Amino acid sequence: MKKILTTPIQNEELEQLTAGDVVYLNGYLVTCRDMPHRRLVELGQKLPVDLAGLAIFHAGPIVVKEDDGWKMISIGPTTSMRMEKFEKEFIAETGVKLIVGKGGMGPNTVEGCQTYKAVHAVFPGGCAVLAATEVEEIERVEWLELGMPEALWVCRVKEFGPLIISIDTKGNNLFETNKVLFNEKKVPIVKEICSQVKFIK
Amino acid sequence: MNKEAKIQAMTEIMTKFTSYMGKHLPDDVTAKLKELREQEDSYLAKVVYDSMTENQELANQLNRPCCQDTGVVQYFVKVGSQFPLLAEVQDILRTAALEATKEAPLRHNAVQIFEEKNTGTNTGERIPWINWEIIPNEKGINIEVYMAGGGCSLPGQGKTLMPAAGYEGVVEFVFDVMTSYGINACPPLLVGIGIGGSIDVAAELSKKALFRPLGVRHSNSRGAEMERLMEKGLNDLGLGPQGLSGKNSVMGVHMETAARHPSTISVAVSIGCWAHRKGNIQINEDMTYEITSHRGVTL
Ligand code: SF4
Repeated sequence: MKKILTTPIQNEELEQLTAGDVVYLNGYLVTCRDMPHRRLVELGQKLPVDLAGLAIFHAGPIVVKEDDGWKMISIGPTTSMRMEKFEKEFIAETGVKLIVGKGGMGPNTVEGCQTYKAVHAVFPGGCAVLAATEVEEIERVEWLELGMPEALWVCRVKEFGPLIISIDTKGNNLFETNKVLFNEKKVPIVKEICSQVKFIK
Repeated sequence: MNKEAKIQAMTEIMTKFTSYMGKHLPDDVTAKLKELREQEDSYLAKVVYDSMTENQELANQLNRPCCQDTGVVQYFVKVGSQFPLLAEVQDILRTAALEATKEAPLRHNAVQIFEEKNTGTNTGERIPWINWEIIPNEKGINIEVYMAGGGCSLPGQGKTLMPAAGYEGVVEFVFDVMTSYGINACPPLLVGIGIGGSIDVAAELSKKALFRPLGVRHSNSRGAEMERLMEKGLNDLGLGPQGLSGKNSVMGVHMETAARHPSTISVAVSIGCWAHRKGNIQINEDMTYEITSHRGVTL
């Protein structure tokens, strides 16, 4: 059975999640990447959307205007690591509960997730049409002056996912754990291959 | 067909083909992803592969580019010296990229150097990138279309080694790139490796290695063996889809080589992501064509 989180997300729900779990989201997902992070954390500007209990998506979508509003064409995750510098303060300031992106994040975000109870999750990269079809409606857009990719698109989503928890509230970081593992495995593998490619004699 | 009509025909073919391959993965990639999915037994890896499959089906149904990053358009051309439109190919390809960007639509991915402005047309200085090979006495043209996404271009790297480092140095270099940058490039990846005597040669060959159909090996037996060894080794790392760990890491490892200088071994790596958008088309002098990457497709 699908595990579904619904906004506003409660701390108790998040505390039950462990890195590696797969969840889906119902409710509000707001796109938020480099510029809004910078504006809030570095420039001290207040966000025009109250993110308390909601989810953000590190993504720059392709959106088209239709008579009665906007339509999501394509929305895929961008590399989360670019927001690492800001994310702890961002979580503290906004009360955001779920951060969705691509690839891992670092110790700053891990600390933020542990202290303020939030999680980071991965949406499969390159699956932008799938993600777009899971957006029920774009309710509004803020900071459109930043351009289409950087604006805050307030989306109502239904069973948005799969979302793979990569950083949980307990200090686990899936990608960091994997990285250590990959590097450990690499040493003997490379040694073995090298012994077979000694073509220069 | 007079020359004007031929120019028009080829422009239309290339516009449609450029737009088409931004929405549909080539046959060999689709088959490989299916094969890799079947080998996975972890829930996590299966969920990711299933999302990829579903995404491709939706892209097909809704006629949309499968990944939001439709990359920088590149054309790798092998043109016969007798091809009737030899002098027009460059203009035709520029128009095709421009028109496909509107038609598909493709994302605007051309930022001018120094001005640091996105041109808003997906074309710019030397973009679409065109790489030329002239084939003596041939009458047709073979074009490899490629969309180089940001995520999968990021790991691209090269290094010139001293001969003392040997082929061992090549292996180490490739594995380092893969464990440090591969994870964010949307695995399972296609790894293109170029080896030659200087870095420009290695870099060009590493990109061309990405166009070889999956499953075809280097023509030299040592080269083929080295590809097999690295492919197995990288798969044993178990990066899995999206770097979330799994049974495999790569769709393949392809090496392209050129004779080197006695004092140098240059190696370069180019990466193709799971959404490896490459397309191959052969156009004859009478403007009939055959698409070899996506069988049975007419434009
Ligand atoms: S790496 Fe490839 S699949 Fe992933 S986001 Fe970039 S272009 Fe799309």
